[in-house]
Amino acid sequence: MDNNNSREVLLKRVQTSTFALVEANLFLDTHPRDRAALEYFQRHHDLLQQATKEFTEKFGPLTPADYDGSPSWDWVSDPWPWENKEEA
Amino acid sequence: MWSYKKMLEHPVNIKNPNPALAKVIITQLGGPDGEMGAATRYLSQRYAAPYAQVKATMTDIGTEEMGHAEMICAIVHQLTRNLTPAEIQKSGFASYYADHTTGIYPVDANGVPFSVSVLQSTGDVITDLNEDLAAEMKARTTYDNILRLVDDPDVREPIKFLREREIVHYQRFGEALRLSLDQLDSKNFFAFNPSFDTKQKCPPAPQPRR
Repeated sequence: MDNNNSREVLLKRVQTSTFALVEANLFLDTHPRDRAALEYFQRHHDLLQQATKEFTEKFGPLTPADYDGSPSWDWVSDPWPWENKEEA
Repeated sequence: MWSYKKMLEHPVNIKNPNPALAKVIITQLGGPDGEMGAATRYLSQRYAAPYAQVKATMTDIGTEEMGHAEMICAIVHQLTRNLTPAEIQKSGFASYYADHTTGIYPVDANGVPFSVSVLQSTGDVITDLNEDLAAEMKARTTYDNILRLVDDPDVREPIKFLREREIVHYQRFGEALRLSLDQLDSKNFFAFNPSFDTKQKCPPAPQPRR
């Protein structure tokens, strides 16, 4: 598999954009009219949607709402986020 | 990780304040069988769950319980709006009011603060799921007790919704327990902890004869 499209790489993109939104969210809560912050949020929101689409198409849902019509409810599938490769 | 949705799972619109009732209903936030304990219980237990469906069930029910805690808070908040000092005295709400005004603080019906000593996370999926089944029934019983004390349909309606969710959760946890038991050696159900004694594998299930 292309290394740039590995689970780790695609998930890292989702995590990076998600964290950018979390950070901008908190700043905007106390600066709700800051134009630079609003633009920053919008830009990273678009990046998150793209990254989420790329991840979920290959590796399944990140939230139940990511269901894609497949014949099985992949939401239950391993791995869960607290598990790593060392899991027995 | 989690994100917040700015809505209640089920609407809460209470017209008439009733601080005496708030003092009873708040036990479903901070009491022994309340929603805060439920969320904490399932979201703590899930890390030791060895089967994917159980991980999902504990995660998703634990998440829903957080939404239920929010509904209880909304009910208590709306029942304690626009109170006069006279109403607070008369209703028996003064003991709560003295410490918390009309802020939300997780306590039981007697004012005892929330404690995790009301719950367990044992690292044994069979033990944990049996605790979860009991927890859902205890919460349902508490909602039944509350419903016997409430006439106001604005309060009854969301409480009835929450009561029904306990029954659905009981059903799902029952299925999770059955799925877990199916993984065990049928001759030796409780001889080992499937979350911990990972080296002991079950023999393959017998195949149906054709």
